[in-house]
Amino acid sequence: MKKLNRSRIQELFAAIAAGQRLYIPADNKGQAQFLPWVEGLEMTGALNTVRSAKDLFFPQTEELIGFQVKGREIQLQEIRDPGEPFVVFGVRACDAASFAILDQVFLSEPADTFYEARRNHGTVVTLACGRPEETCFCTVFGIDPAVPGGDVSGWFAGEALYLQAATEKGEALLASLPMLEDADDAAVQAEQEKIRTVLEKLPLKDLNLTGFDGEHLMEKFNSPAWASLSESCLGCGTCTFVCPTCQCYDIRDFDTGHGVRRFRCWDSCMYSDFTMMAHGTNRPTQLERFRQRFMHKLVYFPADHEGVYGCVGCGRCLTRCPISMNIVKVAKTLGEGAK
Amino acid sequence: MQVNSEFKPTIVAFCCNWCSYAGADLSGTNRLTYPANVKIIRVPCSCRVNPMFILRAFQRGADGVILCGCHPGDCHYTTGNYFTRRRMTLLFSMLDYLGIEKERTRVEWVSAAEGAKFAATMNEFVETVTRLGENKRLEDLRCKN
Amino acid sequence: MQELIRQKAIELLENGTVDRVLGWKAGEFFYDLTPAVFRTREEIERDFVYSVFSGANFSKYLVQESRREGKIAAFLKPCDTYSFNQLLKEHRIWRDRVHVVGIACDGMCDIDKIRAAGARGITAVERDGDTLKIETLYGPMTMPKADAEAERCISCKSRKLVVYDEKIGEDGDVIADSPRFDMVAKLEAMTPDERFAFWRGELSKCIRCNACRDVCPACTCEKCVFDNPKSGIAQKAAANSFEENMYHIIRAFHVASRCTDCGECTRVCPQNIPLHLLNRKFIKDINALYGDYQAGADLETRPALLDFQKDDCEPSVVYERGGEQA
Repeated sequence: MKKLNRSRIQELFAAIAAGQRLYIPADNKGQAQFLPWVEGLEMTGALNTVRSAKDLFFPQTEELIGFQVKGREIQLQEIRDPGEPFVVFGVRACDAASFAILDQVFLSEPADTFYEARRNHGTVVTLACGRPEETCFCTVFGIDPAVPGGDVSGWFAGEALYLQAATEKGEALLASLPMLEDADDAAVQAEQEKIRTVLEKLPLKDLNLTGFDGEHLMEKFNSPAWASLSESCLGCGTCTFVCPTCQCYDIRDFDTGHGVRRFRCWDSCMYSDFTMMAHGTNRPTQLERFRQRFMHKLVYFPADHEGVYGCVGCGRCLTRCPISMNIVKVAKTLGEGAK
Repeated sequence: MQVNSEFKPTIVAFCCNWCSYAGADLSGTNRLTYPANVKIIRVPCSCRVNPMFILRAFQRGADGVILCGCHPGDCHYTTGNYFTRRRMTLLFSMLDYLGIEKERTRVEWVSAAEGAKFAATMNEFVETVTRLGENKRLEDLRCKN
Repeated sequence: MQELIRQKAIELLENGTVDRVLGWKAGEFFYDLTPAVFRTREEIERDFVYSVFSGANFSKYLVQESRREGKIAAFLKPCDTYSFNQLLKEHRIWRDRVHVVGIACDGMCDIDKIRAAGARGITAVERDGDTLKIETLYGPMTMPKADAEAERCISCKSRKLVVYDEKIGEDGDVIADSPRFDMVAKLEAMTPDERFAFWRGELSKCIRCNACRDVCPACTCEKCVFDNPKSGIAQKAAANSFEENMYHIIRAFHVASRCTDCGECTRVCPQNIPLHLLNRKFIKDINALYGDYQAGADLETRPALLDFQKDDCEPSVVYERGGEQA
């Protein structure tokens, strides 16, 4: 366990940023997001960023390859960003857990080399959640915000920041920071106790997901409740784009006038052209699109991945949905404890 | 603003088929000159020009966009250019509001008989845009070489 | 107010005036109300909520709802009635299939403003006159309701119900001295460089979720130009600054002179981009150049972009307006 006085945090940021790019959660015109640290950039007061830490590993838009067609020949141009080592500081336990879910998707064979490169380049420094919000329900998925995970776990306790490496990458990072002092974990344990007391009070901590599994797939799929749940859905992509675990993307070509740049961008199952095929779309109404999103997270994903849900309980869709429809309402309506 | 004597702006001119395009033609037959970097796109009526056309021209490398149509009252379709006038006024005002140089866009009414006006307008517009320099604020880097 | 509205909803259902009611449904918390269709007294008694968080504008839902059999009751706040009227003008709503109950409104709250005031882990908010009593996981606090009001309510243009079959409460008047153009004027007074920096900062936050378009009561095209793959627009890719500028200019332009300034675009933006400042710029220009016009105020006046005068100003008025050059 290492320790640093809170007042010296800018010094810590400067030391990390001297070796590689550093991202910290900071305010951008009032909205918290991960921004590259520059001298004087302060951490946000918000618990979590609006967009998740997923952005740094799976950006919303990235170019894959360029090509030019000349006569009957196609010339390929490598335009991918080779990337460079970076550190992301202040990732919450929910986002840290989302990487395990994304890894299952992108790193299973054949691995997505774009994502893989960023995962290899990135060192994740997490932070325990001292003041969880009412919309937090990560504990439902077995995530403990008092033990936030990542390559290095961090806690603010009293006047100090405590850091504990969990991986080789984390060890290497901490070893490169001479201002850290050795410390025992008494203060961290006290902070963890405090966090756990708050967790007990969270209104969504008892969300019951019994019955959301492959066994009950058809029953959930055919539930009449989807109609009323989806009736006021606008079909926007907010929930998908702020979600730390949504991983669908579309690949498109942009004709620059002197060549083509093939890029991928996040897609949303809420959009009418999602997985459009030659025969048209296979989800003609918002009901099917809406159902797809929640079935994927709560039923298909655990059925395919040994019971792991495609949700980490970060609460972003709860705070951002324009019509306040979200995964908790869906789970409660369709679940065992339905009213 | 620095004047770059080397810089040759790309200008897109949307010209209505009935007046301004014929006006451009007339300026050609009268051997009046205007810069070769003015690219004319013929449209059935100035009213055909959707605000998106103007933005797309900038995206694809234009440094200035000018829209020419029949004089108000002379529209081949009676009222098309009256609508153009309102739309473009609001669009240009919006571009200005976003901090995009307002002199990069212009509307000019040029009749089929005004070959000289067409050439003069284009010369003057090219000069203005040359002074402004390259379009930076509405550029799409992917479209640059 | 909530009781009066619930009673009215039940009455309309039970006396056969309507067979369904559009209202706000209770969520997990007191603030996360979802628009929903209620069909029975039980549903209304259990879940129908009207509070300072009933901000959602129902007008756009009525485009689809009025195409269904039967008749629906909708509770519309003054600003919502403008949107409803505008949709009627555009023949998008079947008027005889909607029973409009106008409700007086004195401003809705924005939970983000309460969070911005420092509340964390909010578990309850209760309105007590002009004060909000807030319970949080970390202890109680209070704040003036005025400080929690949504931007669109602070700069409310009218408390008048412009269309209704019956109303609950006494509505007010058009607010002549509404400060809604103040920020637009402030931006206009900046230099182009400052304006450019302001808008780049705001629009670069955009994640292209399209919520501003999807919620907009004036955006009712069956197929949006941005959803047409042949348009060559990276509709969901936050590709670069050009795409962001184009999307936002075109979105605002498409609703110019039909936008009633209901403020839904800004309410739903997950990134808190002040989108209404684009729409209001068009409204301000239209008022200045073509005469005062309020979309949705009546069913007769033609929207400014669907109309013209032979002696309209020329587009060059934009250069003549002066201001420093970029």
